Amino acid sequence: MKFIEKSTVEIRCIVIGVSAGGFDALDRLVTKLPLDFSFPVVIVQHRIADNDGYLAQHLNLKSASVVKEVIDKEPICAGIVYIAPPDYHLLIERGLYFSLSKDDKVNYSRPSIDVLFESAADIYRQACLGIILTGKNQDGSMGLAQIVAAGGTAIVQDPQSAIASEMPRAAIKKVPTAAILNLSEIADYLTSLEKRQKS
Amino acid sequence: MELSEIAEIEIDVLLEAIRRRYDYDFSHYARSSLKRRINGLLVKEKLDMPYQLIPRILYDEEVFNRFLSELSVTVTEMYRDPEFFSNLIESIFPVLDTYPYFKIWHAGCATGEEAYSLAVLLKEAGLLNRAKIYATDYNNKSIDIANQGIYSAENIELSNKCYLKAGGKHSFSKYYTEHYDAIKFNDELRNAITFAYHNLVKDGVFGEMNLIICRNVFIYFDKELQNNVLRLFNESTVSKGFLCLGSKESLRFSILKDKFNTLSEANSIYRKKD
Ligand SMILES: C[S@@+](CC[C@H](N)C(=O)[O-])C[C@H]1O[C@@H](n2cnc3c(N)ncnc32)[C@H](O)[C@@H]1O
Repeated sequence: MKFIEKSTVEIRCIVIGVSAGGFDALDRLVTKLPLDFSFPVVIVQHRIADNDGYLAQHLNLKSASVVKEVIDKEPICAGIVYIAPPDYHLLIERGLYFSLSKDDKVNYSRPSIDVLFESAADIYRQACLGIILTGKNQDGSMGLAQIVAAGGTAIVQDPQSAIASEMPRAAIKKVPTAAILNLSEIADYLTSLEKRQKS
Repeated sequence: MELSEIAEIEIDVLLEAIRRRYDYDFSHYARSSLKRRINGLLVKEKLDMPYQLIPRILYDEEVFNRFLSELSVTVTEMYRDPEFFSNLIESIFPVLDTYPYFKIWHAGCATGEEAYSLAVLLKEAGLLNRAKIYATDYNNKSIDIANQGIYSAENIELSNKCYLKAGGKHSFSKYYTEHYDAIKFNDELRNAITFAYHNLVKDGVFGEMNLIICRNVFIYFDKELQNNVLRLFNESTVSKGFLCLGSKESLRFSILKDKFNTLSEANSIYRKKD
């Protein structure tokens, strides 16, 4: 894969933003991650407010990695897939733990992808990998641009392969240098990253 | 030095200016949220950089008040998380009932909805006349609203639904009078609660509590400040007293994790060990 050349810096955190069509996309991506994956994976999936943790339970059952909804002040550990709880913004703090917030919606969303990505860019700088998947709005474009501005890496799901193409399209427009891949290519890339950093 | 690091210095200096000028210390609020709030205020004040706020805040108290409002997110509602309240009725009310007299502290009560919600349920359980209830916040504007006990009637249907879900036995409307588009709680409820200013960052213990409720406040603090406030709560609870946090907040990552038992993980209800 051509875009990988730049990743001589070590990646320390992977953040993923996804909206409409996300259940399916995450089902195909998260379940492919190997056991003992060397990175924390942090996901914002737009959902209705009174969802009771079903997504995390479902993915946890089907994946080799532990998948869980975040609790406030939870430390960030490699190999765990974290999902923002419904109706809270999810942020990363300097001590490498999560904080939650009930602040106003951003892009009509809480959790908002931009909020997570902005804090991830701020804390992890060039060691951050941001991924935008399927969705029907524009949340996440700004945040992805901030990740790249801080020296991090950006991947966007190929809009043609996405259930909803608006969110990936908006992200590509804002971050033209992002690598554009379909879901199985993203899964392969994440796995290769694992091998590369281990060797 | 990277620009982002310089921006951190700006924020540190701004917070130090506020601490010395107004005696409010935000240095241990969760930094990433705090930065977003500061950016929100910059937009409202039509400024570009955090350092530009420094002279404004130092010389104009109104700007500081706006900063404080921005930082004290007051979103709250009647019977927020109804299952939490029904859980209280089931597992804590029977214990409170064994005391001739007990104390409750709502810390970070915002505009008071949570305290009124609980007072109504205590009343229905026949416990209200034995309760001394304190409800505190560091935002005086919110405390004023709480003291008046007057709220918009706009959400009253939802409140009634949540009241029933929480285990309310009658109709919520029994506890207030309606004037046009506002409701006012009955004197009995209003007199049962003492609303007061208290800043969790710097003010100390003011009594031995049987139950402390501090929900959706810790999410705005960093780990260190959360631990300091938990130390204060630990000193403020009687042996076998109860502590309740917000639904996504937990003692699990804190210094008190071994000093309290978990009664409900989902509703964040804890009980102090002997
Ligand atoms: C989101 S509200 C929670 C209200 C209510 N407990 C609930 O859960 O619905 C958070 C409150 O914490 C208060 N707060 C923040 N920092 C505080 C401090 N240092 N001392 C006291 N109150 C504080 C804010 O003013 C705000 O009213």
